[in-house]
Amino acid sequence: MKFWLAQASTSAPESDYLMLALVLASIAILILVFGLMLIYAFKYRATNRMDRGQIMKKTWRLEIAWTIATMAVFFGLFVWGADLYVRLFRPPAGALQIYVVGKQWMWKIQHEGGQREINSLHVPVGRKIQLLLTSEDVIHDFAVPAFRIKHDVLPGRYESLWFEATMPGTYHLFCNQLCGTGHSRMVGEVVVMSGADYENWLAANGAAGTLAEQGKILFMRNGCSGCHGSNGAGGNQSNSTVPAPPLAGLYGSPVTLVDGQVVIADDGYIHDCILTPEKRRVASYPPIMPSFSGILSEDDVLKLVAYIKSLAPEKQL
Amino acid sequence: MSVAEIEAPATAESYLEDGYTLRSWLLTTDHKRIAILYMLTITIFFFIGGIAISFVRYNLLEPQGMIRSAETYNRLFSMHGVVMVWFFLVPAVPVTLGNFLLPLMIGARDLAFPRINLLSWYLFVIAGCVLLVALYAGGVDTGWTFYTPLSSLYSKGHVALAAVAVIITGFSSIATGLNFIVSIHRLRAPGMTWYKMPVFLWSLYSTSVIMVLATPVLAMTLLLLTFERIFHVGMFDPTIGGDPLLFQHLFWFYSHPAVYIMILPGMGVVSEIIPAFSSKQLFGYKFVAWCSVAIAVISFLVWGHHMFVTGQSVYSALVFSILSFAVAVPSAIKIFNWLGTMHKGYIRFDSPMLYALGFIGLFTMGGLTGLYVATLAADVHLHDTYFVVAHFHYVMVGGMVSAYFAGLHFWWPKITGRMYPEMWGRAAALIIFVGFNLTFFPQYIVGYLGMPRRYHTYPPEFQVWNVLSSAGAAVLAVGYLLPLLYLTWSLLKGKQASTNPWHATGLEWQTPSPPPTENFETTPTVTEPPYNYLPAEALDRHA
Amino acid sequence: MHDEAVAHEFQYASASHQADTAVAGMWLFLATEVVFFGALFLSWIFARHFNQAGFDAGAERSELEIGTINTVILITGSLVYSLGVVLIEKGKTRAFIMCAAAAWLLGLAFMILKFAIEWRHDLDRHMFPGADFGITGDLAGGAKLFWSFYFFGTFVHGVHLAVGLGLVAWVILRVWQGAFSAAYLAPVLVVGLYWTFVDIVWLILYPLIYLIGRAT
Ligand code: HEA
Ligand code: HEA
Ligand code: HEC
Ligand code: CUA
Ligand SMILES: [Cu+2]
Repeated sequence: MKFWLAQASTSAPESDYLMLALVLASIAILILVFGLMLIYAFKYRATNRMDRGQIMKKTWRLEIAWTIATMAVFFGLFVWGADLYVRLFRPPAGALQIYVVGKQWMWKIQHEGGQREINSLHVPVGRKIQLLLTSEDVIHDFAVPAFRIKHDVLPGRYESLWFEATMPGTYHLFCNQLCGTGHSRMVGEVVVMSGADYENWLAANGAAGTLAEQGKILFMRNGCSGCHGSNGAGGNQSNSTVPAPPLAGLYGSPVTLVDGQVVIADDGYIHDCILTPEKRRVASYPPIMPSFSGILSEDDVLKLVAYIKSLAPEKQL
Repeated sequence: MSVAEIEAPATAESYLEDGYTLRSWLLTTDHKRIAILYMLTITIFFFIGGIAISFVRYNLLEPQGMIRSAETYNRLFSMHGVVMVWFFLVPAVPVTLGNFLLPLMIGARDLAFPRINLLSWYLFVIAGCVLLVALYAGGVDTGWTFYTPLSSLYSKGHVALAAVAVIITGFSSIATGLNFIVSIHRLRAPGMTWYKMPVFLWSLYSTSVIMVLATPVLAMTLLLLTFERIFHVGMFDPTIGGDPLLFQHLFWFYSHPAVYIMILPGMGVVSEIIPAFSSKQLFGYKFVAWCSVAIAVISFLVWGHHMFVTGQSVYSALVFSILSFAVAVPSAIKIFNWLGTMHKGYIRFDSPMLYALGFIGLFTMGGLTGLYVATLAADVHLHDTYFVVAHFHYVMVGGMVSAYFAGLHFWWPKITGRMYPEMWGRAAALIIFVGFNLTFFPQYIVGYLGMPRRYHTYPPEFQVWNVLSSAGAAVLAVGYLLPLLYLTWSLLKGKQASTNPWHATGLEWQTPSPPPTENFETTPTVTEPPYNYLPAEALDRHA
Repeated sequence: MHDEAVAHEFQYASASHQADTAVAGMWLFLATEVVFFGALFLSWIFARHFNQAGFDAGAERSELEIGTINTVILITGSLVYSLGVVLIEKGKTRAFIMCAAAAWLLGLAFMILKFAIEWRHDLDRHMFPGADFGITGDLAGGAKLFWSFYFFGTFVHGVHLAVGLGLVAWVILRVWQGAFSAAYLAPVLVVGLYWTFVDIVWLILYPLIYLIGRAT
């Protein structure tokens, strides 16, 4: 029988303290409610003919007292839970990025070095890991109870989730959103390893080039370079016939769209540019970029995103 | 007016004697007979839902699953959810006890629109038949929540049929709510001011407001889903720019208020029973009454708490979280007022009271764990695990089903003219209480440990908890079978009931048991406040 | 409400009590309808917000002329029916029947224009968002969304109008038979409320379908 769940991430103990507070508050309230109920039931049973004395008539003082008491407890719990939540969903700087694609019914995971795995995720201990999640079909949900984290995985969208593992070991990975017949088999494991072991594992599973390198091949093969220039230097009369924005240095910088809106080019933005360019036209360029939805799989898009991210502005010099 | 003592002369024919043919039942517009029709129908659905979940509990005895097919498993719990929510618990108290008692309690002869009342039952039956066809054809596998794009584009189940069934039952629910609101506004007996109405009516009124203003959104949402399902193109399809989360927003905009459709009437029932069996006025009447209204209003603003991990913006999550706490405050106020009612009362422990006390305890446990999942960071860990399953069964089964049984026993003499066997009633109440806790308490633990819901198979370390839970379900099944048996028995052999067997206040206890077709000989005039229990009388009775 | 027109059901104190209650019930019912269509309109606007270009590309293909004619038809129908109500209150039963019949015919004209003509055109031009959808290219997705909403919305509105046609026909029949008159008007008023409501729904659909997409 198992009563306790491993606390294997930095947020797990914090989550558990919150849980503990909730449990203690509940126990206190349950003692109060059940206690009064049982005491009254016994003391004021109809067959007990003792004198009841004066029955309380004015009630509003009591009403206000317990309303305010309840609200105070509630507000405290709210603030506590909200604080942790906000930190849980704010992506940290300098995290190791790992890409996760859910599909009926498996988890496909790609590391920046190009290593791929299915239904398992290898991560080093003591490093912030940021997961970039997307789905190829229905909604899934990426959950690791030992880390106390979970996030829905939506088709056509990037969601981000981060954690920092604190204890080497193997932990359950579940899909928590009903996704069809194989839902309960869409499980895997998260393997937390020491930094050195992790490096060995990466080396042993070395793939055909890093994710960015694979993306570069796709960039050439799918004609992106035809407009955006090789190395994403941007299209202009000299190297290409069409004017298309340069992609080097794009990641993380602000982009002005035709409707005047300014957005930061993050992973989700680049993903949308490739699959649904008609929704986000960049200002001062002709709207000629075709949509690649149906042509590129989510895996491929991930590689392209990784490639575009790797294009630092210096390189184009 | 010392209501309790007047024994109305049993001259008028009771509504049960007003015709014995099938036709006299199927074409009746008498709210009391329609209540009986509804009662039979939802009982059938309760058992269908219960049998479906019995297979689920059987399956979960072994980690690799006792039932071979994952598909079958998914269809079982989906059908369980759909049936239990829309065909049992949403209608449960309003259409049976509410239908029967609302006109009696306001001193009217019928509801405002008796034919619409009958229509609502027929819609319900038609919806039920459509659902049974869907079930017979193989069922749905999307859960009761029908999330897109699984339901619209990927599922192999009969989603469209099930959705249509739910839409039709939705219209039945709208008809009922509309009838109730208009009746309460327009048909109160002379002297029956708002503050003279029993709290049961306040809660039915609040429930009806939710039914009328939330259910149409569900109907529209499921119509959109059906369109997308049939034509394979539509509004929620992400591949053409639709937003699958839009479906969830619309769905929960109905379904969160709907959970209060499933609890407010129960709170109303309990607010009648606690004073009656404590022989004491309801403590804080106005607070309890207005709390129902407050719950109904705030309930429209918290739907996003079902979507904390879908990637909605952090700010909206914060707002939804704090509003979820706000909606819990009125529930807390009610709990304390019921306890205040018991204080210095003359408490009797007949079956209705046992169920009502069970309600207070189990609803508190369910409500408190509702706060766990309303707390943002805690929900990140608990969302879509068995913890949530335990939360909502504590409020829905431990709370509302108990309240339904409490009301059923309390008003059984009035409805049927017969007393049920008291000893059996108490035994069943205890068995249900024990079985219930054995079934669902382990689910809190296994949920915290991480077991996801809707899982056909699970890691072996969770087995112990699942076996405990399944054992509890067997006890619970016995507990629910008992009332079915002894209540049926009482129809034939039960003791004749007097007009007011519990010495309760309220207009319904002034007219004979069972009431005549026209409810009252003469339209009553109300002068007394509700719950005018006199402790001295209680003392006399027990002298 | 059988033939004894001024009698009332036993739960009411008087006939006017019953009539007022019926009208109150209709208002409440219309509130539910507002929420029903409100969910559709909100989803529509929401979807357009995220797919403007595609929506507008789809909306350009809608038949503005037929839509406009239909709008005029419906408004006229409502006005005529209301006029009839004023007349029947003054005891002019025959005149009411003429007005209601005119409203009924206008409603029918709408249905024919909408479904027999406009929908046919739309389908002929492959505007149904199925496999051989007539708009291709980048904006096909958003355009499909628009046309999904179009067919769905007009269908649901059409069903309401069909119910309205049935109700108006029933009212005409009962007035003809003398069941409703100046003394007992509740059903006439209730049906009028419903009829007007169905118009108002159209007055929101009309700009959503034909105008917004063309404005930009
Ligand atoms: C009858 C039905 C019912 C009721 C009444 C409630 C009541 C509440 N529910 Fe529950 N809920 C459901 C039915 C219900 N719920 C269902 C069916 C689901 C799952 C749907 C699905 O996904 O399938 C769900 C899921 C659900 C979630 C989403 C969980 C998730 O999916 O991750 C949340 C989150 O906030 C929530 C919160 C609440 C809250 C705050 C209340 C509050 O109203 C509770 C208020 C009551 C109390 C708080 C107890 C009494 C208070 C006191 C004695 C006062 C003293 C207390 C203090 C001082 C702290 N519920
Ligand atoms: C609304 C009311 C309602 C009610 C009354 C119940 C009643 C019960 N529920 Fe239900 N439940 C839901 C609403 C309800 N449930 C919902 C909405 C879901 C979510 C579905 C989803 O995920 O989409 C759910 C899901 C759900 C699950 C999770 C399944 C999963 O996620 O995989 C489980 C698991 O134990 C469960 C158990 C039970 C049990 C044991 C009862 C018992 O109380 C039932 C007791 C009744 C009987 C057993 C029938 C009567 C007895 C007999 C006919 C005798 C013969 C039977 C035997 C001898 C066994 N329910
Ligand atoms: C036909 C020419 C063409 C092709 C082929 C093309 N693009 Fe583009 N791309 C453009 C133009 C023009 C723009 C700017 C206008 C717009 O946003 O549509 C653009 C914009 C972008 C942007 C947003 C840039 C910014 O500054 O915000 C990204 C990212 C992008 N393209 C990536 C790609 C990738 C990856 C491919 C290949 C899979 C590709 N493009 C293929 C022409 C093209
Ligand atoms: Cu993927 Cu459940
Ligand atoms: Cu909720």
